[in-house]
This record gives sequence, structure tokens and C-alpha cells, in this order.
Amino acid sequence: MPEFLKTMLADQFWFSIVMLAVSLGVVLGVLAPACILAERKISAWMQDRYGPNRVGPWGVLQPVADGVKFILKEDIIPANVDKVLFVIAPSIALFICVLGVAVIPWAGEIHFPWMPAGQTVKTQVLPLDIGFLFMLAAASVGVYAVVLAGYASNNKYAFYGSMRATAQMLSYEVPLGLGLLVALMIHGSLRLEVMVDEQAASGLWNVFLHPIAFLLVLISGFAETNRAPFDLAEAEQELVGGFHTEYSAMKFAVFFLAEYANMVTSSALAVALFFGGWHIWGGPGPEDTGLIAALVKFAIFWGKVLGFIAFYMFIRWTLPRYRFDQLMRMAWKAMVPAGMAAVAMMGILVALGWHGWSPTMRLVTAFGGNALLVGIGLLVAGRSKAPITGRQDYLPPVRAQRAT
Amino acid sequence: MIREEDILVVRAPELTAPERLYLPQIISGLGTTLRHMFNKKKRDEVVTAYPEEKRKQRIDNYRGVHRLNKDPDGRVACVACFMCSTACPAHCIHIEAGVSPWPDREKYPVKFDIDELRCIYCGMCEEACPCDAIELTPHYDLVAHSREEMVFDKEKLLDVYDRTKDAKPRKNPAVTDYGLTGEQGRQIGNPTAHLKVD
Repeated sequence: MPEFLKTMLADQFWFSIVMLAVSLGVVLGVLAPACILAERKISAWMQDRYGPNRVGPWGVLQPVADGVKFILKEDIIPANVDKVLFVIAPSIALFICVLGVAVIPWAGEIHFPWMPAGQTVKTQVLPLDIGFLFMLAAASVGVYAVVLAGYASNNKYAFYGSMRATAQMLSYEVPLGLGLLVALMIHGSLRLEVMVDEQAASGLWNVFLHPIAFLLVLISGFAETNRAPFDLAEAEQELVGGFHTEYSAMKFAVFFLAEYANMVTSSALAVALFFGGWHIWGGPGPEDTGLIAALVKFAIFWGKVLGFIAFYMFIRWTLPRYRFDQLMRMAWKAMVPAGMAAVAMMGILVALGWHGWSPTMRLVTAFGGNALLVGIGLLVAGRSKAPITGRQDYLPPVRAQRAT
Repeated sequence: MIREEDILVVRAPELTAPERLYLPQIISGLGTTLRHMFNKKKRDEVVTAYPEEKRKQRIDNYRGVHRLNKDPDGRVACVACFMCSTACPAHCIHIEAGVSPWPDREKYPVKFDIDELRCIYCGMCEEACPCDAIELTPHYDLVAHSREEMVFDKEKLLDVYDRTKDAKPRKNPAVTDYGLTGEQGRQIGNPTAHLKVD
């Protein structure tokens, strides 16, 4: 290997650029199209169908065919749209969702043989002090693309879609933030790589410590990525196509791609924060910095991400879409209180010093705290009246004529 | 006025504890979908890979492409009465009548065009036809390179009869063969004379 390449790889800045190319290539070039195919296959299997099986063996070339079709189609910009925003919206969608990929610690640290002893490079595009906040910020700007698309389209259905998306994303930001706050309190650091390293060192993933917080992040993740059962922004039955009604050809394809890239990003975040990132029991630890170990870690991380994506798809093809009042009730009356309680519980554990002695101690106290929360939740749910949905109590019962 | 005993009071069913907790229901739902997902045998039984395999049809009442029936002498069975084109809700049948060269009827169709793209395959023409000349066939995979090709003329419709008569024979015997085959001695203008009327 030439000398300048060695120096480049040993330098964090240049290595970050390599990582950028790798992660963008993997996410947008391989994973997102593969996800689109997987989604169609999984949905087909769940409905006792075969799914795409004509293009290439088992239909594996279907995404390529789709891509060619999208590129060759006529790109229509309707006459009465806000042209600038209309064109910018899809690019913002894609830009935002790959922004979050930057701070994901894919495979810990690498020590190349030609580097001075003890020196490593991080397999991260952006080893940022506030990586966690960066991720949150990137996630919350994501709604801009949907809003701009609906707003610029000058179409009432697209507008409804984007308004729904706005309300939904604003609501689910709160439980997402609260859930992530619990993870933050466990480690006391905003650096994602520190969080992953600590989980790997203790072998105790955060999901075992704080399942409630994980559940909040998971559900909010579904809502943030605008996927079923939270896909009210593009409810086909009511809103034609929702915010992308007026989009066609490659612009539509970019929205489509952004949705899947978004899924990858949010899965990667959940894996890094709650599923120990690249750690697996018996696998390489944080002190293994060889190239082989890094590749193994990389594979483990992607395996977990793929598992998450598969789960996203199972959920999408299992649950029907929420009604808007159910959506809001779940966010504000169930998830926000649960998130606050989880944060308070974790705060008490940290303040009493019950969260630092040993992994066993952590597990016991966190389990106790979570069990307490679940108990309180069940108690509240059991004592409270069923929520009023649809028909009001003071109205007479529905009378129908008996079929004769 | 609805009688009181005919009224059925419908109440929303009370939710059970797992239903109100919601998460157990999600897990059982996932169980259902995943069971289907990994059940390849079911999939192989249910799926018909269309161009290679075709489903078994109900031939008697399938409403596909039209045909113009022929009588036993091989002539068109139609008497150009315009009943079908009158009954057609899509106005897709265009008939031009001419003086019949045969003694068993007064008119016959010089032109008989059906626009298969306009047709909604409702079967009203078949219902209306007094001499069972127009019938719908089980043939459904209809393709063409242009709209003009999809306007079926008399020859094409008679050809459809030749191609589908084995799969689906004529429902009733022809009524327009008077005097030529001698099988049925019916009066012209009274084709239902053979039906028993008490």
C-alpha cells in the first residue's frame, strides 16, 4: 500500500471521509433498495403471495428495474406549485435522513499496523462531542421535508398530509426525547461511541436495564419515520398519496428512498443506544482494535440494524393505521407520562447512587424501577375509565333494524 | 314505522384486559402475520402464477369477450333486431341491418361491431337477445396493439364462436334455422311457439 494512503487512513479526518463514502454507499446504494425489495417480499409472504419474482432470480433485480423506470418517467412539475420549494423538498428529505448517519459509531476504533502504538481512528464520520444531540436535531428537522412538500404542492390533500405529519412529529418528539434521556442518564455522556463502549464493557445492553425507555424510543421511531401504523401523512385511502401526491418520477423515488434511509438511520440509533451497538457476547470487545475485529463489529452492527428493519416491516404489515385521535391520545396520555416517569425513576436511581456499583446492581435496581413503573401504569390503566372514542356517552345507543 | 321488536340495540363490545393494554394484542397479531410469512406450503397452494398457470373458471356464467353464435348451417344467428344495442348501458354495440338473403328471417346484420374497450361486460346484451345470438364467453385475456383492433367486427365475433364453442356450447338451440335444416318446424315471427303455453 502506498505511503500516502497509509497516512491518510491513519488520520481521523481522511478516515472519516472514507467512512462517509462507505456508509452513504451502504445506506443509499445497497440497503435502501434492498429494503424496498424486502418490504415487498415480506408483505407478499404475509399475505400468502410470492411478491416480485420476475426480474432476476427471486426478483432481486426489481429495485434496479424500478430505478430505471423512475429515471425514465416524465418528471411533472404542476403549473401552480411553488417551484423552488417543490424541487427542494425531496432533496431535503434525503439530506436530513443521511445526516443522522454521520454520528453512528459503526465499529468502534481501528488501529492500523502502521500507526504509532495506542493511536486509533474512530469508525465514525463525525466523532462529535454532542453526537446524541446532533442525532435528535437531525431527526426533528426531518419533518421539514414533509411540510415543504405538502405546502409547495398547492393541493389540499398534500397539505392535509403534511399538517398531520407536523402534529404527529411534534408530539412524538417528546417521548422520543424522554426515552433517549434515560439512555443519556445511564452513561452521562453525549458521545454515542462512549455509550456503545460502556455497554460493550459491561456486556449489559441498555434494553435490559430500561425496557420502558426502549419501548418509548421504538414507538416514537415508528412515528418519526412516518411508517405504519403511524403513516397518517400518506394515508392512501383518505389523502390520495398524502404529502407526495403531486410528485412523480425521480422526485417521488427520492421520497421513497428517504423513507427507507430514515428507517436505517433510526434503527442504527436504536441499536447504538439500546442494543449495545457492535457488541455481542463472545465477540470482539472495545479493546480489540484490529482490522478483522472492526470488520466483525461492522457486520454485527449491520446484522442488528437489519433485524430492526425487519421488525419495522413486520409491524407495518401487521397493524392497521391509527386514527388521529388515537395517535394523539397515545402520545400525550400514555407515552409522555410514561417517559416522564421513566426519567424520574432513573433520576432517583442515579441520585441515590444505585446505578453505579456493579452491572448486577444496575440490573437489579433498574429492573426494580421498571417493574414499579409497570405496576403503577397497570394500576392507573385499571382504575381509569375507558377513553371516549367516537360516540359520546350522553347519546342514545345505536339502533339498527334487525335483518328480516 | 319500525316495530319495536325489529329494533336491535348495538353496543360496542367491552374491551378485555389484554385488549386495553394493547401490547399483548400486537404480539398476537405479529404471531399471525409471521405464521403466514413462514408458511411456504400455504403460499404454494394458494398462488396462481398467472401467465404460466390459470385458474379454473366457472364457464357457465363467466362474462368475458362476446361472440356471435352460428346456427347449424354456419350462418350468423343474429336477426339484427337491435335489442342488444338498445339494452347496452355502455352503447358499445353498433349494428347495421340489411335485408336477409335467407327465408327464415327478414333482416340480418350487415355490420356488427362491439367496442370491447367501451364494454363493461355486464351481460345485458345476452339477456336481451331474443334468439340467443350474442353470448359472453369465458375468454378474458384480450390484448391488442391499438384501440381500433379492440373494436370487434362481425367476422371476429363469429370467429370467437368457433374458438369457444367447445369450451362453452350454445345455451339454447338455434331458432333461426327454419326451413333449411328441417329439424325444428317453427313459424317465422313466432319463435316461442315450441314453448308450452297453457
